[in-house]
Amino acid sequence: MIIKENIALSENGFVFNPSTGDSFTLNNTGKEVLMMIKDGKNLSQIADLMLVRYDADRVTIERYLEDFLNDLSLNNLMEE
Amino acid sequence: MAKLIFERPTITRLTPGVPSKHGVGTAIAPMPLIEGIKVDDLMDKYGSPLSIFSERTIQKGMEDIKRAFSIRYPKVQMAWSYKTNYMDAICRIFHKEGSWAEVVSGFEYEKALRNGVRGENIIFNGPAKNAAELEKAVRNGSFIHIDHLDELYLLSDVCHRQNLEARVAVRVNMDIGIYPKWDRFGLNYENGEAWDVINRIMINPKMKLMGLHTHIGTYIMSTDAYRIAATKLADLACNIAQKFDHYISYIDMGGGFASKNTLRGAFLSGEDTTPSFDEYAEAITSAIINSQIKPDKLPTLILETGRALIDNAGFTTGSVIANKRLSDSRRATIVDVGVNLLFTSFWYDHKIHPVNSHSGLVEETTIYGPLCMNIDVIRPSLMFPALKSGDRFVITRTGAYNTTQWMQFITYRPNVILIDHNREVHVIRKGETLEDISHNEEIPEYLK
Repeated sequence: MIIKENIALSENGFVFNPSTGDSFTLNNTGKEVLMMIKDGKNLSQIADLMLVRYDADRVTIERYLEDFLNDLSLNNLMEE
Repeated sequence: MAKLIFERPTITRLTPGVPSKHGVGTAIAPMPLIEGIKVDDLMDKYGSPLSIFSERTIQKGMEDIKRAFSIRYPKVQMAWSYKTNYMDAICRIFHKEGSWAEVVSGFEYEKALRNGVRGENIIFNGPAKNAAELEKAVRNGSFIHIDHLDELYLLSDVCHRQNLEARVAVRVNMDIGIYPKWDRFGLNYENGEAWDVINRIMINPKMKLMGLHTHIGTYIMSTDAYRIAATKLADLACNIAQKFDHYISYIDMGGGFASKNTLRGAFLSGEDTTPSFDEYAEAITSAIINSQIKPDKLPTLILETGRALIDNAGFTTGSVIANKRLSDSRRATIVDVGVNLLFTSFWYDHKIHPVNSHSGLVEETTIYGPLCMNIDVIRPSLMFPALKSGDRFVITRTGAYNTTQWMQFITYRPNVILIDHNREVHVIRKGETLEDISHNEEIPEYLK
């Protein structure tokens, strides 16, 4: 689960892929998750941290994390 | 420290396009309250989905339309269009506000009587009235709006056999310069059929011509269409006065005023494009006043406005069941409100608000209802916040036609509640049970 090295992520959730020219926006939770991925955390560690911070159960958080990672792959932001 | 509300993480590709000065903003405000009452509390108590009506909004609409017309015209009478919403509590609010009843079937006629409307304050429209229904309406002194020649003969027969006199009006259809032309109901103005029937009524000793009626269409955005229609009815009234020295009591302009909902496929929001009551009133009243009708003989102006008065007062709330991705990677959200409850989603791009606040970011989403049917689409495409399973939303302006045209299909219909003028909450239609749906069914002996 590694994000492409050249992907730029700004503090306010703006994502830019210089190799394709695509740009994206993230919501707050999306931005937090992407930052944690960039920091090298794995799915389980991210879920643990979000469980502490957010009012949601583990199943819900993991379900939407998986979904989000799928979105990142579909948008060519993850290493194969 | 209190935990934060979890919003599912989203990423949205930014697509540069041609900027448009007409571009509609994508910001979607949350809607935590309806008439000052927490939507969450209502849904906790009465369930999801839930249909909600606001008496204050109904009263405000009635005030607005009565003001718009009565400052321009001396005699105005509202008649509540039963087919738009014939739940008893809703009808009674309109009757309390002074509306007569406008019905289009024997069933609706029975409902109006049960709601305490006097027979002489019921307008009986519609293309399918049988002999028994006509006789009952004549005996009650109701206004019978003749839709076709066969109905004229049937009514005449009923009156002669029973020695009764009917109070009638002629329903007139006409070219008012818009498409589609509604010529299915009533008798045509341009080909002379309406004038022919008026003459037949005037020489029939068992019928008294009380008025002229037209219903030019539905969701009519052009006030000019109403001006043309009112001009043609006023001309007919003048011809009647000239030939028979008879002055009709009323001109009934029917309904058809647009609500603020946005039609499917419309580029601009209905909030920006729909004429106001004042604009409709100006067109209609000036046409009648400026006609050749003598000032002391001006007929009462009857309005059967339904949609524009009740749409705003209705809300449908529901919950997200699931999210999924379609084959082309678009988001899809499945909710518990389907076309079974929201028939008007076939016509409108209904506005949908999350109940609780969200980050403000939206993504393109298709909203599907819960039915196992391909047609069950509430919004084919809209920019919508990232709601997750269990999150709640409010669909606005759902008051017209949904609680009359809704279907008991695949699942039960939910509670309908009314927030009254004192903000007290009442159940006005209980959610269905298996017994409600099955009690008219009978099982043949051999299948028991």
